[in-house]
Amino acid sequence: MTITEKILAAHSGSDRVTPGELITCEVDIALGNDITAPIAIKAFEEHGAKQVFDKKRVVLVPDHFAPNKDIASAQQAKVMRDFAKDREIENYFEVGKMGIEHALLPEENLSLPGDVIIGADSHTCTYGALGAFSTGIGSTDLAATMITGQIWLKVPETIKFMFKGKKKNKWISGKDLILYTIGKIGVSGALYKAMEFCGDVIDELSMDDRFALANMAVEAGAKNGIMKADNKTLAFIDSQEVKPVRDFKIYESDSDAKYQGVHEYDAEDIELQVAFPSLPENARPVGDAKDIVLDQIVIGSCTNGRYADLEIVATLLKGNKVARGVRMIIIPATQRIYKKAMNTGLLDVFIDAGAVVSTPTCGPCLGGHMGILAEGEKCLATTNRNFVGRMGHPKSEVYLASPAVATASAVTGKITDPAVI
Amino acid sequence: MKLTGKAWKFGNNVDTDVIIPARYLNTSDPSELAKHCMEDIDPEFADGVREGDIIVGGANFGCGSSREHAPISIKAAGVSCIVAEYFARIFYRNSFNMGLPIVECQEAAREADAGDILTVDLTSGRVINETKNRSYESEPVPIFMQELLSAGGLMPYTMKNLSK
Repeated sequence: MTITEKILAAHSGSDRVTPGELITCEVDIALGNDITAPIAIKAFEEHGAKQVFDKKRVVLVPDHFAPNKDIASAQQAKVMRDFAKDREIENYFEVGKMGIEHALLPEENLSLPGDVIIGADSHTCTYGALGAFSTGIGSTDLAATMITGQIWLKVPETIKFMFKGKKKNKWISGKDLILYTIGKIGVSGALYKAMEFCGDVIDELSMDDRFALANMAVEAGAKNGIMKADNKTLAFIDSQEVKPVRDFKIYESDSDAKYQGVHEYDAEDIELQVAFPSLPENARPVGDAKDIVLDQIVIGSCTNGRYADLEIVATLLKGNKVARGVRMIIIPATQRIYKKAMNTGLLDVFIDAGAVVSTPTCGPCLGGHMGILAEGEKCLATTNRNFVGRMGHPKSEVYLASPAVATASAVTGKITDPAVI
Repeated sequence: MKLTGKAWKFGNNVDTDVIIPARYLNTSDPSELAKHCMEDIDPEFADGVREGDIIVGGANFGCGSSREHAPISIKAAGVSCIVAEYFARIFYRNSFNMGLPIVECQEAAREADAGDILTVDLTSGRVINETKNRSYESEPVPIFMQELLSAGGLMPYTMKNLSK
């Protein structure tokens, strides 16, 4: 069996599962946010449910329109806050403790290797970086799981993605690997499938890069993205302030595991990537985007708002200025990342260069607040989607890239290879 | 169960951001969401759509965000059913869970034009294009999903099983 199949078997009381099989699965963590949880809470209450299956295993994070952007979003956040209070949800993270959910849960050691995690947010697939099975679902699914602690799933076939060789240069990141992959297979290239990432290049990636990689599996249509937990994973878990309160288990794919397909990529062929509007599959080498003039840069999101991302930004921004006519918005993904960036002087570098630094929020990534685009404006973002109108006006445009490309572009005011800076 | 309605035709990769842009997600009121359904891809849709109309999509309909506001806005706009070549995973789940009928039928979706009158038989999976006088077969909905639909969605199904 593959890692994904082994985790699903262990959570459905079976020795083995086969792709295509419908199973009922025990859930380790059920996650919701200020946009998706209110609908789940309404369903939960309308159907007369009394309590959640486990007060420690339901996680609620107001991160999308929080700190609240308007009265309506404040009302929605209040629905979730009141529910968390009434039902004594232990893992509700108020503004001040809150971070972007998929950066926050690993910090809080709520997502662990071998887990089944479901979240009413499509980027729940991020925890695959820890060797967990995690997938996005909707609000009604969240409501049902909050009651039963279970979810129905179809066991996915797995596609293996092996990255071999040496990266072309030091700026190539997890974001470039996943944009390259989506560029190759398309936005439905892994529809309903598990994407399993492996190879020397993956082994060498930092945890923050692995999170960025697993995070965008959904942009290829996948059910989950996953990789084997290793010593780096264990060191990451160990290094967090908050220690795990549950046991966890590391799974590996068997040598005779069956894959629906295998893709082998040579890192030598992978350039820094830029995904052109308006689909993540429009990924091309950064050179093809040269000289596209930008109005805004966004560094942040559940894809690339982690500390290692901010370090790259500071390295390239130090001693430089954000180009005239460009707005650079930097959003550390959690309070701990924010504080660390403050203590290590990264925030000084950002502010001195003329960038603005925001409290954690999903904000501009989904066109919510904190950096909405006007008609005709172009933004390069380290986020995960560049759909029509994603970040504001339907006639604005979003390009996706890594923190390195985004920062080099902020300095010149047009899409730029960091080697030039 | 048979549904008949006028087709609204859309292309491939219709994402949930264009079905209901995030700027309207500060509410989950179905009638409010319906007012902005498909706004960024077809500004005429929300005003023009009539009770019972059918959306015809291409490949990967409903990709992107997990927001259930997307199928909610479509259902509240009066749409009776979506016929597409195939659906993105979370949108597919969400539609069954909240009781919006959807059918995967590649040929029917490809050949239909805007304004065609379609009849969809949910039990057999047959789609008839009345305007073009063409009939198409699609895979019947898996039994488990039929049970969800006949229970009225995931929540009634879950509560019923809990009380057993």
